[in-house]
Amino acid sequence: MSAYEAQSSSEHLLEVKNLTTRFYTEDGVVYAVNGISYTMDEGDTLGVVGESGCGKSVHALSMMRLIPIPPGKIEAGEVLLRGRDLLKLSEEEMRHVRGAQLAMIFQDPMTSLNPVLTVGFQIMEALKLHQGMSDHEARARATELLEMVGIPEASLRLDDYPHQFSGGMRQRAMIAMGLSCNPMILIADEPTTALDVTIQAQIMDLVKRLRDKLGMAIIWITHDLGVVAGLAQRVNVMYAGSLIETGPVKEIYGNPHHPYTAGLLGSLPRPDDPPGTKLFSIKGEPPDLLGLPKGCPFAPRCTYAVERCFHEAPTLEPTEPGHLVACWEKERVEKIQ
Amino acid sequence: MTAPTVATQTEEPEVILRVRNLKKYFPIRRGVFQRHVGDVKAVDDVSFDVYKGETLGLVGESGCGKTTTGRTIIRLYDPTAGSVYFQGRDMAELKGKELRAMRRKMQMIFQDPYASLNPRMSVLGIVGEPLEIHHIANRSERKERVAELLKLVGLNPAFMNRYPHEFSGGQRQRIGLARALALNPDLIICDEPISALDVSIQAQVVNLLEELQEQLGLTYIFIAHDLSMVRHISKRVAVMYLGKIVELTDRDTLYTNPLHPYTQALLSAVPVPDPFIEETRKRIILKGDLPSPANPPSGCNFHTRCPVFQKGLCDVQDPEFIEVEPGHFCACHLVKPQ
Ligand SMILES: Nc1ncnc2c1ncn2[C@@H]1O[C@H](COP(=O)(O)OP(=O)(O)OP(=O)(O)O)[C@@H](O)[C@H]1O
Ligand SMILES: Nc1ncnc2c1ncn2[C@@H]1O[C@H](COP(=O)(O)OP(=O)(O)OP(=O)(O)O)[C@@H](O)[C@H]1O
Ligand SMILES: [Mg+2]
Ligand SMILES: [Mg+2]
Repeated sequence: MSAYEAQSSSEHLLEVKNLTTRFYTEDGVVYAVNGISYTMDEGDTLGVVGESGCGKSVHALSMMRLIPIPPGKIEAGEVLLRGRDLLKLSEEEMRHVRGAQLAMIFQDPMTSLNPVLTVGFQIMEALKLHQGMSDHEARARATELLEMVGIPEASLRLDDYPHQFSGGMRQRAMIAMGLSCNPMILIADEPTTALDVTIQAQIMDLVKRLRDKLGMAIIWITHDLGVVAGLAQRVNVMYAGSLIETGPVKEIYGNPHHPYTAGLLGSLPRPDDPPGTKLFSIKGEPPDLLGLPKGCPFAPRCTYAVERCFHEAPTLEPTEPGHLVACWEKERVEKIQ
Repeated sequence: MTAPTVATQTEEPEVILRVRNLKKYFPIRRGVFQRHVGDVKAVDDVSFDVYKGETLGLVGESGCGKTTTGRTIIRLYDPTAGSVYFQGRDMAELKGKELRAMRRKMQMIFQDPYASLNPRMSVLGIVGEPLEIHHIANRSERKERVAELLKLVGLNPAFMNRYPHEFSGGQRQRIGLARALALNPDLIICDEPISALDVSIQAQVVNLLEELQEQLGLTYIFIAHDLSMVRHISKRVAVMYLGKIVELTDRDTLYTNPLHPYTQALLSAVPVPDPFIEETRKRIILKGDLPSPANPPSGCNFHTRCPVFQKGLCDVQDPEFIEVEPGHFCACHLVKPQ
């Protein structure tokens, strides 16, 4: 046990405090994650949504300590897993956390599965490292895991290479690998974005069943607001490296307080729209993250923005219990929405 | 196969595009002699009409042949079989000048806004190229027309001398659209014009497409994965599976009363951005993966995943694409005309 574990006593499963990650590139500093804070409890499923490049993956990779350094650097913050700050662990200690306590499924299974090793070998490797299993035990457990994620003839498919699997099967194998050591938290980074909807439905059905059976907490990163609605109880909305709204899914989808969240939800077509309905559209485009915006990052696109929004960054403040929003004009937004 | 006809009591809407029994097979070759060992049946006998001024949505999962259908219609590919009539003329019978003139009236915008624009050409070059190819305008007229087109799609004409990498995805899709509009087409095939874009930008592009349709009287074939956006933009929708159209009808009928088991599963799989609806929703989860179009299943090619498959029928006989009620077409042995 490290000194930190003894010191801090956190009542949350996960507590992220002021996480700040930057990349020092030739073009300048990329402000990828700008001081985000939130908590998660046992059994929670948290959706993380936001547009491309807003820092969803970097935030998760920072928690896993998998940011390439350089050019990346975790500038500040704490990631408390049951009170123990992962950012202060040695690389050796972190290796035992990864996979065993905090596991991650990556955006593109083809880059995270090694193409020259069989799928079975890759699952067994983790089992041998974290659980000290013998070859024989690891093989039996790997077969069980592939069966659990619905791969037919699992014991034979163990000896296949990743390219012999379809996209959906690779994603199932990644989930099997993620779950292999019973992590406390499974982070899934857009695991279904590249898949067809009928295959996505299979995978989401699988994840829900496994969650109910195994009871792990899940962080599900996606840009699909429908996926979050079906899977998560809580949602973090990110914009340009900042966490701008967080709270229960049912509360936020029905009653968004941040103009960006409201705009995103409003821009989706509704089944009951009569023909010819114009979609609501947020003007302008998401900013690039070179250079830190003064004030609120959404201000240039925001129809509610006032003078203050352009020079003073809003902080996350509660509006209802468990629902926090970073907006100076949130009362006005709430009235109009 | 019977040709789809539409029963209307009042005036018959004008058919701008008529596709009949269209097939596009890509040969698979092996070995040093490049022996022909089989075919990828990318488009395998599809028939449909597109009416003037409408948007026909074309949906289906990856690899089912949507892009190939579009490309074969505009003759980027030669069809393996079947015919395409555009404004009443059989495309196969047109040659040289006539074919070129006809092609100007049909344009396509492509899936990937990053790959579909030539990175070494300026916006002026890209948008003005069709005018140049067809010798339509001299240099200064061209510039004027490009400025007009850029304004039409909501871009600043001052951007004319910039290059594609200086633009965002949404802006690039607008450039592609300006180029497609350069020759005043009647029909535009939009191949997933928004799937590579951020959610907040998708609505901008869809609104623009709708405005232009109204303003210029355009007809669209709108290809997409995103079924909720297709519902928003389309008047009628065709659902493809493994090279075939399995169902086609007007959008409200399709979404509220889908008849084909594949359409039913596909629609139930789409997540809805409403946690209260999602909570109680029942999904039809299909078994297994999409079969390969190089080796499609016997009989009805959906039978390997179909929840209501009947042995001895569905795995033996290919169902016909028939009009089961006025304007509603479906290819399933278990769906009978009403
Ligand atoms: N290795 C790196 N070097 C430099 N910049 C990086 C690196 N990795 C990420 N970034 C930058 O950090 C920002 C956040 O990226 P991130 O990958 O977290 O976005 P994301 O929200 O996951 O987007 P997407 O939805 O496209 O996956 C982006 O501006 C990105 O360009
Ligand atoms: N030029 C080609 N040569 C050989 N096979 C091809 C070619 N183009 C497409 N195919 C194959 O034809 C089938 C249909 O492809 P197509 O691109 O039309 O699908 P799609 O429905 O547009 O898919 P997506 O949604 O992924 O864009 C696929 O199996 C594809 O691999
Ligand atoms: Mg990402
Ligand atoms: Mg395609």
